[in-house]
Amino acid sequence: MADFETPALREYPDEIPPLRPGATAHVRPFPAAPAHQEPLGFPGELVEDWQARALEKMGDLLGKYRSLQVFLDACVRCGACTDKCHYFLGTQDPRNMPVARQDLMRSVYRRHFTLGGKIAPALVGARELDREMLDQWYTYFHQCSQCRRCSVFCPYGIDTAEISMAAREIMDHVGQGQKYCNEIIAKVHKIGNNLGLPGPALEDTLEGLEEEVKEDTGVDVRFPLDVEGAEVLLVTPSADFFAEPHVEGLIGYAKVFHQAGISWTLSTYASEAANFGMFIGSYENMRRIALRIRKAAQDLGVKRIVFGECGHAWRVAYSFLNTLAGPWDFLDKRYPVPQHMCEVTYDLIRRGALNLDPSANDHMTVTFHDSCNVARASRMGDMPGGQFHIPREVIKASVNKFVEMDPATTMERTFCCGGGGGLLTDDLMEIRVKGALPRMQALKEVVEREGVTHMAAICAICKSQFTKVLPYYDLPMDMIVSVHQLVSNAIQLGTKE
Amino acid sequence: MGAVDLLFVILSYAATLLFLGGLAWRIYRYARVPAPLKIPTMPAPTSRAGVVARMAREVVLFESLFKGQKWTWLFGWVFHAALALVLARHLRYFTEPVWGWVVLIQPFGKYAGLAMLAGLAGLWIRRLAVERVRYITGPSDHLILALLVAIGLTGAATRFAARTDIVAFKAFVLGLLRLDPQPIPHDPLVMAHLLLVLVLMAVFPFSKLLHAPGVFFSPTRNQVDDARERRHLAPWAAALEQSR
Ligand code: SF4
Ligand code: SF4
Repeated sequence: MADFETPALREYPDEIPPLRPGATAHVRPFPAAPAHQEPLGFPGELVEDWQARALEKMGDLLGKYRSLQVFLDACVRCGACTDKCHYFLGTQDPRNMPVARQDLMRSVYRRHFTLGGKIAPALVGARELDREMLDQWYTYFHQCSQCRRCSVFCPYGIDTAEISMAAREIMDHVGQGQKYCNEIIAKVHKIGNNLGLPGPALEDTLEGLEEEVKEDTGVDVRFPLDVEGAEVLLVTPSADFFAEPHVEGLIGYAKVFHQAGISWTLSTYASEAANFGMFIGSYENMRRIALRIRKAAQDLGVKRIVFGECGHAWRVAYSFLNTLAGPWDFLDKRYPVPQHMCEVTYDLIRRGALNLDPSANDHMTVTFHDSCNVARASRMGDMPGGQFHIPREVIKASVNKFVEMDPATTMERTFCCGGGGGLLTDDLMEIRVKGALPRMQALKEVVEREGVTHMAAICAICKSQFTKVLPYYDLPMDMIVSVHQLVSNAIQLGTKE
Repeated sequence: MGAVDLLFVILSYAATLLFLGGLAWRIYRYARVPAPLKIPTMPAPTSRAGVVARMAREVVLFESLFKGQKWTWLFGWVFHAALALVLARHLRYFTEPVWGWVVLIQPFGKYAGLAMLAGLAGLWIRRLAVERVRYITGPSDHLILALLVAIGLTGAATRFAARTDIVAFKAFVLGLLRLDPQPIPHDPLVMAHLLLVLVLMAVFPFSKLLHAPGVFFSPTRNQVDDARERRHLAPWAAALEQSR
């Protein structure tokens, strides 16, 4: 384990901790090398006239994003957001209070784009974008997982995620990119998924899964790849192909399609649901990645698009896909485009098309972690709040013992796992562990009070993050499960088909 | 009309111009910059009517702030509600004959002035006493509070301490409105009160007071949750489609 202390779990319900200025000023991700920058259309390293170019880009974004323009003007420093960020609660670094994070950009905005900041910079906290400020940007805009929790409580809906995205976009444009995100995006552009998994390897993996399920259940459940004319194109995070517990979820989707008799396929060309273009605030990169899905759907001639369990992927899919890669008029109009796998399973359960035996999961007492991008940035079903209701209904149909965590930490108030927004990298382990604190406290509470043994999630990042950080808090790493893993355990193959 | 009267007339017009012109310029800017992506904070309404209701709850009740911090909500809401009442009460200086409902609220306005001061005091104490809020507070935040408190105090003084010649003051205001300037009553309290209000009006469009128009343009609050049903495309994003 790394050289930092895991924060102690505090008494529950939690008190707001005192400030420790500069507590995580030293935590910053590895910078992107030219090889990671250039395929995305960014300069390889910090350019000579970076200050002028950064301000120019900032001006450009202020004219393109109403959110940025309004948010930089509207904050009154009421403080309602100051105790809402998990990174603040876990690190006590005041720069991780959402408003203080925003102020890193706001002070530069004031200095260069407002009258007050030009006339009386000291009065309004206006500051130059100098090397020190750029370093602070790089540090603290990479200690934001863009989870939007702060935006729930802000009287003007100020969403720090929008500001982090803009800051990263500006930094990329002057050559100050982050290695983790940009390396991954380059892989998607080239190969089609975050892992750089080529077609033949994918095919191998899927064949292996077919054998495994056959061995387990005796049933021939298919994991089809690049099948033209299939009804459904399934786009899922590439972690689903091999990581634990993600792959158990993928097995669950396959069993659901199998029992419901829906023909489906994966695509090698669009073998990734995640869209890291969002994390770096790059509309162009996000669009390029999204267009792969359009091309795959057209080439394969499918009728529907379904997304697997992944939080930010679902945000891009639900909220942005129509904008980025629509219109989807060539698909079956009876289904929303795209659909979430939980929506598909939920509809099938309601129609009685699945045979689930929840007692198959009787060795578990399950709680559910709402992933932030699903909870606060998208929806499922046709009612507001369906994103909370539908996954819970799927879980309850698959397990007998379900327990909720403290409502101050679920649904729209859910705490980020600590690894979202492009932070899921080893070089940021300290902030990941500390940022997980609020969720760990709420989880520990139901473990002790209700005997919870497992926590289900519908996000690839949450699953990977929890697998890594649970041990820091003396909880078993395998207590995190996929929602469709529960379905997979409960489904009675061979009884409906 | 002496030199002082003339000065007040000029300052009044100048501050009003800055206020209206500045606000128009900001609002035009907010309206013109597109929101390229659907980013309502979920769960969000799925219809326009729902958005209007959400915005109304936000503007009238400060719904999100209520979720966020109860004390700030209480002080902030009392301050704003009282301010609204006080402003409405001041309409009697601008209307002749005075509108019926403005007459009706006069007795409440008096207490509203005090409630406004109490709200401001609460907000200011929080700003000093809560470590986190102190950390994010800058000089301009104190200045605006000081300005508002001073406006409240001078206003209350004209009412409770030394009664003002309201008839003469009304003549001054109506004179401004009718472009037929009249002298201002030479009462230091009134002159101070007016001057402070003019300063507030002048800095409004260049300060955090822009939260007032800003909230209506906040994409996380004013967007309908219908991304799958309706394609949302900003003009600059549509231009990228050409190269598809
Ligand atoms: S809640 Fe909103 S207005 Fe209040 S300090 Fe935070 S960002 Fe600013
Ligand atoms: S978006 Fe999330 S991580 Fe970022 S400042 Fe807000 S609460 Fe913190």
